[in-house]
Amino acid sequence: MTSTKPSSTAPKPTESAPAAALHVGTSDPRTLIMNNLRQSGIFVALVVIVALFAFLTDGLSLSPGNITNIVLQYSYILVLAIGMVIVIIGGHIDLSVGSVVALTGAVSAVVVIRQGHPWWLGVLAAIAVGLAVGAWHGFWVAYVGIPAFIVTLAGMLLFRGLTLRVLDNISLSPFPAEYNRIAAGFLNGLIGGDGYDAFTLLIGGIAVAGYVVSCFRTRVARIRYQQPVESFALFVARMALVGAVVMYFAWQLANARGLPIVLIILAVLVLVYGLLTRRTVFGRQVYAIGGNLSAAMLSGVKVRTVNFWIFVNMGFLSAVAGIIFSSRSNGAQPAAGNMFELDAIAAAFIGGAAVTGGVGTVVGAMVGGLIMAVMSNGMQLMGVDQSMQSVVKGLVLLVAVAFDVYNKRRAGANR
Amino acid sequence: MDDNILEMRHITKTFPGVAALQDVSLAVRRGEIHAICGENGAGKSTLMKVLSGVYPSGSFDGEILFDGEPVHFRGIRDSEDHGIVIIHQELALVPYLSIAENIFLGNERRGRSGLIDWNRTNAEAAALLSSVGLHENAVTPVVQLGVGKQQLVEIAKALSKKVRLLILDEPTAALNDLDSAHLLDLMRRLREQGITCIMISHKLNEITAIADSTTVLRDGRTVERLDMGSGEVTQERIIRGMVGRDLDSFYPDRVSSPGEEVLRIEDWSVRHPTQDRLVVDGASLDVRAGEVVGIAGLMGAGRTELAMSVFGRSYGRDITGRLFMHGREIKARSVAEAIGNGIAYATEDRKRFGLNLIEDIRRNISSAGLRKLARLGWVHDNEEIKVAETSRRDMNIKAPSVMSVVGKLSGGNQQKVVLSKWLFTDPDVLILDEPTRGIDVGAKFEIYTIVNRLVAEGKAVIIISSELPELLGMCDRIYTLSTGRITGVVPVAEATQEKLMELMAKDKEPAR
Repeated sequence: MTSTKPSSTAPKPTESAPAAALHVGTSDPRTLIMNNLRQSGIFVALVVIVALFAFLTDGLSLSPGNITNIVLQYSYILVLAIGMVIVIIGGHIDLSVGSVVALTGAVSAVVVIRQGHPWWLGVLAAIAVGLAVGAWHGFWVAYVGIPAFIVTLAGMLLFRGLTLRVLDNISLSPFPAEYNRIAAGFLNGLIGGDGYDAFTLLIGGIAVAGYVVSCFRTRVARIRYQQPVESFALFVARMALVGAVVMYFAWQLANARGLPIVLIILAVLVLVYGLLTRRTVFGRQVYAIGGNLSAAMLSGVKVRTVNFWIFVNMGFLSAVAGIIFSSRSNGAQPAAGNMFELDAIAAAFIGGAAVTGGVGTVVGAMVGGLIMAVMSNGMQLMGVDQSMQSVVKGLVLLVAVAFDVYNKRRAGANR
Repeated sequence: MDDNILEMRHITKTFPGVAALQDVSLAVRRGEIHAICGENGAGKSTLMKVLSGVYPSGSFDGEILFDGEPVHFRGIRDSEDHGIVIIHQELALVPYLSIAENIFLGNERRGRSGLIDWNRTNAEAAALLSSVGLHENAVTPVVQLGVGKQQLVEIAKALSKKVRLLILDEPTAALNDLDSAHLLDLMRRLREQGITCIMISHKLNEITAIADSTTVLRDGRTVERLDMGSGEVTQERIIRGMVGRDLDSFYPDRVSSPGEEVLRIEDWSVRHPTQDRLVVDGASLDVRAGEVVGIAGLMGAGRTELAMSVFGRSYGRDITGRLFMHGREIKARSVAEAIGNGIAYATEDRKRFGLNLIEDIRRNISSAGLRKLARLGWVHDNEEIKVAETSRRDMNIKAPSVMSVVGKLSGGNQQKVVLSKWLFTDPDVLILDEPTRGIDVGAKFEIYTIVNRLVAEGKAVIIISSELPELLGMCDRIYTLSTGRITGVVPVAEATQEKLMELMAKDKEPAR
């Protein structure tokens, strides 16, 4: 069979491909927008919400201090959302992450605060506990075949209980300064700057350059393999827009306290998990299982193994979130992480993940999480009542998923 | 003029690209048992769906007269109001509700307060049960009954709706001999009570035993109506009606030159995953390089079950028997191992088991052989696009791009994606289960051409098909399977449809 060996009819890499990359593609904006409504929709929604709250708070929500604040305040939800979107793509759900955040933070606090070990031992202990919890869930879901809803509902109660046991029902604080730096620390002043932090701008610049280069290379490869791409003008516009947004964001951070360490952690996680979901065999198999379990099984996917590791990974990321949260709150509380699971689930669904599995992206979940974060933060700045905040968040989640369902029906009707 | 309870006149029903029924007429006399037979895909089920209102009035051409009056059903509810009840092959009972609750589901017996009157429900259910000869307590959950008894519950449910015309779709396909005999007895008794029955069946011995007349369908057309009363109509006569069609040049030519043996299955037995019966019973077969081997069998004969159990034990339990690849015994305990050993299985139900419909062509094609595109767990996605593009060209998959979502493709193109996916795993033996089901004539020809190309390259191919002409046109040898047993193997030169049909229907003695 020809598809199994390098075929002479395969498109040959040509010297002119990069040149062609400059002027090939679809430019009909209507087609592009309609085709990508699902993906681009949430970006548009994020922009609208940011603009709305900038207007409602007289620009306060976009002030350097507040942007830094949003990063610090919601980073752990975003970390959880990365794991959650993978769980949801696989067709499962995890209700226990809030309790696991509490448990891992508590273990870390016991190791570092009560027993006086160095800060990194606390981090390792928390991650070990997170992995163990994930393996526990994975065992029941993958090998015993209990629905994840039940397994993690049990886990939510179980690990909340263990948290109380570990902490003897009291809060532990404070952490030593090194531990505290994880979530409250900044990288700044490394290369100076006059009234702003040049290092933060440099990192921002590197990020933008890396993004543009990677997108351009993808584009060149696509064209070389004769795949449709967007028009070059649109491509440039997209690059310029992303670059401007990132550099504005970096500028605001540079004018506040510099580059938060959690932001670096988060960026690395987004990058790694973005690649993991799109580019690895494991990532592909997660989509395959969520998209059609039977077909995945009959294609030789080891469904149990994949499901097991999905949950181990969720446990790992819960531990990372637990470390960040305990560091940020500078201690461990028995009630820590309450309802975090719901924020993480909401972020994934707002970000375009499908309730039935098989659909979703890490970037989408990040944008979904940011939508929630900007809304909460903006409403807090405006002094909106806690009760109304909850009402608004609930409605946004409902509308987002309704939009998703509507979109699917539309796609189905096109068949 | 006959006293017809039902007349369907000039029914034509088309689906996009396919004419499922063309000018079909059916006349059923009052109080008779009327059999409808034909090969799979001949249009029997479609005709019954037209009759019962599953396809509402207006979605087909032609007219239906019931009791001499023209009727227009907009849904099942309408047809049931006229006393037409259909019992599908897959029984539609709710497992954890009681027999009585199932019988009156959607038709609940209420008391004056509007609440369900349980005494009345259970008493009426008990009466209905005794009339169908089922000796079970009406409050027993349906899940505790075997398939045969569940069938009786369905009939009791039909009786509760004051049924006048009862349609049974393959009623005995899943039943053992004893249960089949009971069911046929019950049908005779219903006939005495004046209830008309339409029975769709593959089991010709049952038809000759019980039916008063038989309508034969073929390729969406009425072939003939046989009066069974005289006792002169034999099974052979019905078979001739069902298959009487010439093999034209519909199948591309191929020079056959089988080589070494590739796959051999010895004494293969498989038990049903939940019921205590053998679905495959001591089957042995082999296929050589450059050879196409067919498996023929009626519905429920165990064809798919045989193939799937060989393919990494993806069906059944208590699997026994031996597998050989190239003369060497292998253990294919998981699908991954089967693929690793060079076995590929393209399912009969591509939408449920073959494709991830929300994913694009590229990722569907790579899904079974993804490891070949990956190093250290990282997928080389440009290479993946190349593979997909090559398949798209070789297979002539009609889609704007390999990034197109598979769910939006036509059946024929979807099937080509399934084939591409399996060819990318570079198998030595390819098992194709109903490879042309639900796809149009042009795409069928393309699929046949692809199969011939593979065979010329030295692959071994096993085709499972319900269409006998397809097997006769494509295969070198044809195995016949009946109730899990291999009942024969016929070289294509000696095979005729009649001969195959005989072997496929070779059962234990007719159920009476």
